[in-house]
Amino acid sequence: MIPAPFDYARPATLAEAMALLKERGEDAKLLAGGHSLLPVLKARLARPDLLIDISRVEGLSGISESEGGLRVGALTTHAEIERSALVREKCPALAEAAGAIGDMQVRNRGALGGSLAHADPAADYPAAMLAAGAEVLAAGAEGERAIGIDAFFTGAYETALAPGEILTAVRLPAPPARSGGAYLKAAQQASGFAVCGAAAQIALDEGGAIASIRVGVTGVAAPAYRASGVESALAGTAPDAEEIRAAAKKAGEGVEPLDDFYASADFRRHLAGVYAARAVSKALERASAG
Amino acid sequence: MAQAPAPKFIGAPIKRRDDPRLIQGLAHYVDDFSPPGTLHMAVARSPYGHAAIRSVDVSKAKAAEGVVAVYTHEDTKAIGPVPVGGLVPDAKVPEQPALADRKALFAGEPVAVVIARTRYGARDAADLVEVDYEPLDAVVDIERALEADAPKVHEAYESNEAFKWGISGGDVEAGFKEADVIVKERITNARVAPLALEPRGVLAHYLPGEDRMTLWTSTQVPHKVRTLVAGQIGMPENRMRVIAPEVGGGFGSKLNIYREEALAAYVSRELGLPIKWIESRSENFMTTIHGRGQVGEVEMGLKKDGSITAFRYEVLADCGAYYQLLTVAIFTLTGLMLPGPYRIKNIEMSATGVFTNKIATDAYRGAGRPEATYILERMMDVAARELGMDPVEIRRRNFPDKSEFPFATSAGLTYDSGDYHAALDRALEAADYPAMRARQEEARKEGRCLGIGLSTYVEICGMGPSAALGGQGWESARVRVEPTGKATVFSGASPHGQGQQTSFAQIVADGLGIDPGDVTVIHGDTDVVPYGVGTFGSRGTVVGGSAVVYARDKVRGKMAKFAALKLEADANDIDFEGGRVFVRSAPEKSASFADVAQMAYSAIELPEDTEPGLEETHFFEPGNFTFPFGAHVVLAEVDPETGEVEILRYVAVDDVGNMINPLLVRGQIHGGIAQGMGQALEEEMIYGEGGQPLNASLMHYALPKANRLPRFELLHTTTPTDVNPLGAKGVGEAGTIGSTPAVVNAVIDALSPFGVRHVDMPLRPERVWRAASGKGTPA
Repeated sequence: MIPAPFDYARPATLAEAMALLKERGEDAKLLAGGHSLLPVLKARLARPDLLIDISRVEGLSGISESEGGLRVGALTTHAEIERSALVREKCPALAEAAGAIGDMQVRNRGALGGSLAHADPAADYPAAMLAAGAEVLAAGAEGERAIGIDAFFTGAYETALAPGEILTAVRLPAPPARSGGAYLKAAQQASGFAVCGAAAQIALDEGGAIASIRVGVTGVAAPAYRASGVESALAGTAPDAEEIRAAAKKAGEGVEPLDDFYASADFRRHLAGVYAARAVSKALERASAG
Repeated sequence: MAQAPAPKFIGAPIKRRDDPRLIQGLAHYVDDFSPPGTLHMAVARSPYGHAAIRSVDVSKAKAAEGVVAVYTHEDTKAIGPVPVGGLVPDAKVPEQPALADRKALFAGEPVAVVIARTRYGARDAADLVEVDYEPLDAVVDIERALEADAPKVHEAYESNEAFKWGISGGDVEAGFKEADVIVKERITNARVAPLALEPRGVLAHYLPGEDRMTLWTSTQVPHKVRTLVAGQIGMPENRMRVIAPEVGGGFGSKLNIYREEALAAYVSRELGLPIKWIESRSENFMTTIHGRGQVGEVEMGLKKDGSITAFRYEVLADCGAYYQLLTVAIFTLTGLMLPGPYRIKNIEMSATGVFTNKIATDAYRGAGRPEATYILERMMDVAARELGMDPVEIRRRNFPDKSEFPFATSAGLTYDSGDYHAALDRALEAADYPAMRARQEEARKEGRCLGIGLSTYVEICGMGPSAALGGQGWESARVRVEPTGKATVFSGASPHGQGQQTSFAQIVADGLGIDPGDVTVIHGDTDVVPYGVGTFGSRGTVVGGSAVVYARDKVRGKMAKFAALKLEADANDIDFEGGRVFVRSAPEKSASFADVAQMAYSAIELPEDTEPGLEETHFFEPGNFTFPFGAHVVLAEVDPETGEVEILRYVAVDDVGNMINPLLVRGQIHGGIAQGMGQALEEEMIYGEGGQPLNASLMHYALPKANRLPRFELLHTTTPTDVNPLGAKGVGEAGTIGSTPAVVNAVIDALSPFGVRHVDMPLRPERVWRAASGKGTPA
């Protein structure tokens, strides 16, 4: 429970942080809320020489409205996202994902950027971000760039962030009229991580048929993925419960599920279908009501 | 001796006096003590479940900054093996060294210790101990362990069979012949981790000038630690003082002597400096004992009317690599409680202990009895289904009537007192059982899966008559009335969260007619309290509290003599109440309690044949065990699609005899039910093929959490015992014993429309889903 020795730096600006990161390269790790990093340090699964604490870097925190959508800073805590009226209005799936993370203490300290950059395949955010069609903003030597969420998660604990880049914020598009979203999960009883988490974001056309649908699944396979089979089966339809259930089964198809003592690959595949169906039903319900 | 007045504080729901300090962080645990010069010990442990140790190179560790010394097996050969007790005849008893010799037999086994100036430095240097391991095939599965070609845990033995033990009563063969129906099931009690909130910890401080050792250790049994650890390091026990300061729970895991205790003591004596070791949670998972660990074939014969004719349990018991203090004894408790609360004339248990490459199993809350209750209660439901009977009916059919107590069982015990029908009736009434069944029917029509689970149990507490326990079943107490009229209790029991600082004060306050606030309770310091046994087996109040009663009454009798002299009355006519001592037949003649106390210490006037002072000791030897019992009713809902289980209602009736403090009883039942539910739904130590635990962290091993627990509806019946003067039966383990089968039975009842008859614990979602969808047991 005692980490291996490390140096500690707390830059005040993003530029300083990037300079340190460039100088120390692979030997350095960024520290924000610490709730992904500290457990692996304490178990000595990671032994970085330097921790760059960016928790006091200005301008990386907060939730604001941007072009009808949302901009959420990397240092924004899960608790802030969970409780934000703006997030609840624009992207309830994201608020639900934030609220499903760990426990109150974790949500009060843990931050969005760290969770996304850590890219734990069982984290809650990825499903919601995939469903929402988010963009990840990353600052690097060349300036800031936007990475589409579909290209962001590249494997277990792997992302499209380049060495030296720092995740600064996430942008979520404006939801169209008659849209709704939801995130639901089966939590591992000990860790609270998702054994399966599914998010759906749906917009209806004027006739009540599904005009657009995105479904994200986390916890089932690495990395988190979009259930495109479910999306294409349901797009343009006005499905009933049975049709949703049938279509949602595709959420577990064509992936190589994780397999551990807690949940076998078979079970995860099955849960993907169950939770995708439940998330789609709830998103539809909200879209119809809105 | 004068008769005590009606109890005023005994039976009152007085708040625990421990809580403010615990809640405010003002309690002092081992880690809160650091004498000047304290050095820190870290343990280099085997990462392998089974490995040959070719060499140990400590040069890098020794050279690390702040490192004072490093010890290996070669340096610590003088330390005696870890003490074991409670053995059965012909058990193979491997010697457990302080540090592994040529082989490591379980993951986490200590191989070397590093002593450094800081805790961090010690931990870093432990990583620098270079051990050349040759990994060997490990054996973790107890059935596999008995196969002829299985890797052997101990080379010296022919096989991994550790012991054979059996118990039988009546004529089982005849019982099965008599049966109309025989039901069989293979049932597992998984290995679980006790996980006390405070892990283990030890601080040893040897003073060379005095040739005295003080050992602070997080233990349930300080005197046992003193006698046995002093023996291990070759020190007279009266030169060692063991202090169990605040102990953050034990659940049986700290009813043990562990290697780190002798190691810290030995090194402290070598270096003449204080040595501290505090266990991490990962170490706690790997190297503190586990509980349960039984796999068995169960067979029950019944008549068509539901009466049981025979019960048989053939079980493999997972011992781990080495025994700890009571590893073997735990399994025998399962045998003794096999008949449970039923009239089962013919029983038989045959147990085979098995060595595996894992930490030992030993006492964990309930210790042997939850296993017996679980298999029996599961079989009651299996049989009820087979016979088409209601689970309530089949239990009632087999209960002895209250007029049959004391009730002699086929396992050779005599249950002191009981009224099992009353407890079950009460529980069913509180649960409104018919309405619950109706709700279940309604829910089924809506496609929802509700299940009702019952468990009726009896357990064995108040450990116990010394002869029956193989020695040391008594407990000690000393009560001193101070010159100022305050009273101090010195208890040989060593409570560690149970709340006896409050309940023992209640006991003394009542007998002496003073306020509980004027009574201080001291325990856990072998220099201060009389030689004691400790707190385990629900004995703290039952046995330890009874010692307090007798010590209190001795002091009271002596004080009455002083009061009689002062008030010119007969000592038999003296009574105590409201802080005053008075003449019963002439209550206007009185003196303050403090004045009489002062008189005994000033000793200017002494009653005839009476020594000065007010301090009396009693060693209480119980005449029998006690047998609390109860009935738990659970309503659960299962989501067959996801396998998630939700407990909708929990009704428990526990008869623990007289209650000294109903609030403490409630707390014990709450915690007990939670832990039992944990075993039912979530908990299980899982090992990989190489013997590494796969879930040795709280990120992987699920403990029951408040947000998964229902509101507990707790009720009681009260059937006192005459085994002790308090009439109390013990409550520390009742909740754990009652809850596990009730929860499992509820889940399986919910799954019964899918044809499910049994699913092994823990009922994690995947198991439930597989059972519901007919997919069989997962790998």
